[in-house]
Amino acid sequence: MESEDPEMEREDAEDEREDAEDEREDEEDERRRLRLVEAITALRGGRKKPLGERSEAAVRVSEFAVTAEGERQKVQLSDLIEGAQQSPAVPTQTRKQLQNLRRSQKTVEQPLSRQESERVQRDLAFQKAAVHVSRWKSVVTQNRRSEQLVFPLNQEPSGPKPLEKVVTGWRVQTPLEQEVFNLLSANKQPIHDPVLSPAEEASLRAMSLEEAQIRRAELQKARALQSYYEAKARRERKIKSKKYHRVQNKARRKEFLKQFDQMVKTDPNGALEELNKMELARMKERMSLKHQNSGKWARSKAIMQQLELNKDLTQKVRSSLSNLEEQEDRASDPELLPDFVNDAEPGQVSSNPWMRGELSAEPAEAQRSEQEVAAAAAQKEQHEEGEALLRDFESRRKLRQKEEEEQEAAGQDVEDSDEEEGPADQEEEGLSEFRSLFRGVAEGLKEAAATASSAGCSSAPLEGGLIRIRTVEDAELLPPEDVELLPCSESPPSAPQEEAPPTGQKARGSKKRKRNIELKEVLTKDAKTVTVPLAPTLTDTADGSDEELDQRGLIMEAFAGDDVIADFLRDKRKQEDAAKPKVVDLTLPGWGEWGGQGLKPSSRKRRRFRVKVAPAEPRKDQHLPGVIISEQRNGSLSAHQVSALPFPFENHAQFESAVRTPLGRTWNTERTVKKLTMPKVLTQLGTIIQPMTEEELARKKASAAGAGKEDPHKTKDQKRRARKGRKRHQKQLKQGSGRTEGIRCECKVDLVD
Amino acid sequence: MTTLLILSEQAPSRYWQELQKEKDEAKDAGAGEGNKEPTTEEAEESNTPKQKKRKFKEKRDQNQDKKCISGKSDPFPGKARIPEDRLQKFKRKEKIKKPPHQHYKLRTMIARSEEASEMAQKQAARFDLLLPEEAGFLEGDEGEDTCLVSQEDIANAVDITSGAKHFHLKLSQFGPYRIDYSKTGRHLLIGGRKGHVACIDWQSKHLMCEINVMESVNDIKWLHSESMYAVAQKKWLYVYDSNGIELHCIRKFNDVLRMQFLPYHFLLATASSTSFLQYLDVSVGKEVVAINTKTGRLDVMCQNPQNAIIHLGHPNGTVTLWSPNQKEALVKMLCHQGAVRSLAVEKNGTYMVTSGMDKKLKVYDIRAFKPLKSYFLPAGASCLSLSQRGLLSAATGDIVQVYRDVWSTPVTKPYMAHRVRGTVWGLHFCPFEDVLGVGHQDGFTSMLVPGAGEPNFDALDANPFRSAKQRQEWEVKALLEKIQPELISLDPTELGHVDRATFEQKHEDRVKALGFDPLAKVKFIPKFKKKGRSSAGHVEKRKKQVAHEDQRVSDPEQEI
Repeated sequence: MESEDPEMEREDAEDEREDAEDEREDEEDERRRLRLVEAITALRGGRKKPLGERSEAAVRVSEFAVTAEGERQKVQLSDLIEGAQQSPAVPTQTRKQLQNLRRSQKTVEQPLSRQESERVQRDLAFQKAAVHVSRWKSVVTQNRRSEQLVFPLNQEPSGPKPLEKVVTGWRVQTPLEQEVFNLLSANKQPIHDPVLSPAEEASLRAMSLEEAQIRRAELQKARALQSYYEAKARRERKIKSKKYHRVQNKARRKEFLKQFDQMVKTDPNGALEELNKMELARMKERMSLKHQNSGKWARSKAIMQQLELNKDLTQKVRSSLSNLEEQEDRASDPELLPDFVNDAEPGQVSSNPWMRGELSAEPAEAQRSEQEVAAAAAQKEQHEEGEALLRDFESRRKLRQKEEEEQEAAGQDVEDSDEEEGPADQEEEGLSEFRSLFRGVAEGLKEAAATASSAGCSSAPLEGGLIRIRTVEDAELLPPEDVELLPCSESPPSAPQEEAPPTGQKARGSKKRKRNIELKEVLTKDAKTVTVPLAPTLTDTADGSDEELDQRGLIMEAFAGDDVIADFLRDKRKQEDAAKPKVVDLTLPGWGEWGGQGLKPSSRKRRRFRVKVAPAEPRKDQHLPGVIISEQRNGSLSAHQVSALPFPFENHAQFESAVRTPLGRTWNTERTVKKLTMPKVLTQLGTIIQPMTEEELARKKASAAGAGKEDPHKTKDQKRRARKGRKRHQKQLKQGSGRTEGIRCECKVDLVD
Repeated sequence: MTTLLILSEQAPSRYWQELQKEKDEAKDAGAGEGNKEPTTEEAEESNTPKQKKRKFKEKRDQNQDKKCISGKSDPFPGKARIPEDRLQKFKRKEKIKKPPHQHYKLRTMIARSEEASEMAQKQAARFDLLLPEEAGFLEGDEGEDTCLVSQEDIANAVDITSGAKHFHLKLSQFGPYRIDYSKTGRHLLIGGRKGHVACIDWQSKHLMCEINVMESVNDIKWLHSESMYAVAQKKWLYVYDSNGIELHCIRKFNDVLRMQFLPYHFLLATASSTSFLQYLDVSVGKEVVAINTKTGRLDVMCQNPQNAIIHLGHPNGTVTLWSPNQKEALVKMLCHQGAVRSLAVEKNGTYMVTSGMDKKLKVYDIRAFKPLKSYFLPAGASCLSLSQRGLLSAATGDIVQVYRDVWSTPVTKPYMAHRVRGTVWGLHFCPFEDVLGVGHQDGFTSMLVPGAGEPNFDALDANPFRSAKQRQEWEVKALLEKIQPELISLDPTELGHVDRATFEQKHEDRVKALGFDPLAKVKFIPKFKKKGRSSAGHVEKRKKQVAHEDQRVSDPEQEI
């Protein structure tokens, strides 16, 4: 509303003026009309005061104070410039401008309110301040991230100064020195910087500006060319089209052939060389694995099937026939036996009288004999006692064996209910069948083999190697341990010891047997005998609790090992079992079926209600047969350990590697300790630490710029980051449309620089 | 040619001008060659290794060119090189692999710690040079066995001071002797079975005290310094000072058979005939823990100097490892078929040597608990002792044998052998000396064993030449640096590890509270792409491209 008002008024006024020009006579009416208008305007509100003429005298009259000649009329632009239009003093250009001004009907905008203007001013002031302050940002971040801050800044570096500096700062004082320096300067010898003579300096200054510019231009051109070439090569290399490469290769080949043809004419020697090269390349290709259909595609199933089919179709028909023949051959050959002859015979102990007890005692005997050799022969009279002891051991061992077998049987019952029995049973059956057959054959052949066995008696135990039994004769040739060992007892005592543990032991459960053997191997690992030049004259009579080392002790010593191993294994198994997670059986008898004494819940139900627990982690000692490692956690240490990762670390390994170096003086040199325990802020006692000044900032910037140009230490990473930052700001610049945004962007750019 | 040119021009007034000219010419010539194809050379400019090498070379050349005030160039520019093997010696763990994206704080932190540890390693390797002493060995002439060289011959051949270190104390009255050297190797403690206890400054042969406790003595041990020692007597454990005054009778420790002192923990570990393993903190005089090992009489004991774990040998052929923090054995190893007679652990905690009633001598790698070597000694070994440089002494009856390198090369005969008068009862190498002390039925014999002791001592740790004042200083420092018994574990570096069990527990709680796993790996979701690149097939293909990353264990912590 208000904005329209002046326009309306102006229009009114114009109309009036025309009226006045045209009909001056109707002044009466006019006055009335004016009065009416005045009344109307008065109705709107007496805001506008009539402009009165000022009465004070003044040198300069303000143009705003000028009123129109009639009363209550506004000054129009035309009133003011009318004179100018006519006067010749005003140039035409100005006149035109004035006319344009007159034609334009635009009004001037209202000035902003006080609050708004203040806000704009504040905004601007903030931006200015932000720009000013943000120049410090890089310094602040640098200081925050720096390893150590030293205050006050710009200290003179302590310690010895370089010689050059000292020399340049030195003044001539004595007459002798003056004389010397006069001489030096007269001969154009270096005085201040003795490393560079004037001639060298001159040579340094030799390159003129123009030359340098030319050189620079050349370098620039070369660099540009190189970059073009690189870009092209990169683009071409990235082309994945096979066709393109095929075509290109073909073209290249063609061109090469053409060149070669030319070469034959012009330079036959060179052509020959080329030919040789080609030949070599071809040979290399033939040697390589290319074109052998060993690729992924060639080995794919479909292709293989095709090839197989091809092979089948093209092969001779004879193959199946010959197979048959071979089988027959094998079957008809009575001498060849199936492979499981080489397996242990589990049921032998009961059937073979030779295997019943004596053999199991044999290694013990061997050990004893060894002991006897080691001990003096003087203790022979105590043999009877020893034998009694032996018998005692024997009975104990048998007891234990029985016990173990029982245990195992029980254990197996519990354990392998599901799958283990199947294949084992089958094998067992096959074995027993074969064994009955084998016995028949063997008896038939015994006479024939008798001579051979007698011959082999002396050789076989000496050889001692493992022979794979393939024929019955082979089996017979094996040392018949029980019969033949007695006459052959003169053979070295080590031979029986090396022999495998008695067959009775072999017959035990496969799992346990394995472990047992391993452990034995570990314990009887071939010990190297050490020869001592001096033989001990005294035995350890005072050993332990003053017990005497007699026959009894010796035997105890010899047989101790047996108990030891079994005990240890039992212990280990107990520990393993204790650590194993237990299966929880939640079966309730009588639910869903009949219950009562003698009735067991069905296996299906039991299986269903058995809660299986996740298997335990593999034990630390699972591959160490002779070691039990406790799986208990060391709780006392955990109180001192770090249990949460400190902030910047993302995983254990990072943290652990960061704390791996000890800090103390016990492990480090003094300098390292000082470096490791360096304080974050270092201040000098008794000095005032002034705040940083602007000059400091400028100096830092200059040094940074200088370093940035040719700083080799600036890592790739930093450069990349800087580039990224610049890009980001460019993006922002593009996005920013308003004035304020532009300014903000500028200040950010400042920051980066 | 150059000389001719110079002659034709003018004689140089300064010698370095001449050099400079020659160099300039050489440079010009080089430049001329280079100018033939300047563009190609520039074209080659890229960050290839070759380029880097050249740059490096140039830098070195510059370094060489840099002149001192005298005008001569430094013939050995830069820092002195450190031999690779020496660097390896001071290495602590490998560097970790850098993951691709890291927080900048993490990056700087890791970089700084890496730098620091590298500096520590390098400095230590550099200053290893300052250990000048070297160990020697006895070397026989051709066809001469070193084990046949008698002690008298050695004592006559060496200088008087060293020769005086071979001596014999004839003490036949009070039965077989146990012995112990103090940590610095200056003081000797001998304890006869029938109650005779004496401490001697054995180098000056000065007798510090001599008492008879009027009871049978099972074992003796120096405590942290030479001012106090513990004696395991018939019933109780006693502590005496160096003047022979009884300081304590510890009634909590009864029937002690063997003792070991852990110097950095100030712990006296005792093994009793009632199968108790007890720890006494000698700095505060309190029993730390008493463990019932339930393994019968404990008369074989030794300590692992690296991790302060106590090793016990048992009559059933096993060796058990104990720490005061666990009531059950940390490790139980079956070592012998007969009873274990003696044990010894090497200084670095790498090897353990055991001997048993089966007359075998076995060497174990105690870090992996695996047997390394097994020897058959004709008469077995009743006492074992390892020297600082890895010599093994074994006593069989009245013969003391010394072996070299039992763990690396198979040994067939001893390095040295000596017969003493009577059965050997105690065997101990003297620290920082080439001396082996043997306590036996007839007293004490000090043997010379070349190459046994560590030639370089750490004066801040164990200084054989320290004065009383220095000893007091050291005592205070050692007490301040005392390690608490809770920190004893099989792996001494375990303290620097994150406690995984607690960490996982805490993490679980956190996941429960937050409702999600903050450390979980973000599942790969392929970006939407235009022009049909986000078809189902394409998306699958892109997923497949990163599938292997999930399979790989990227987190080193998960690996463990």
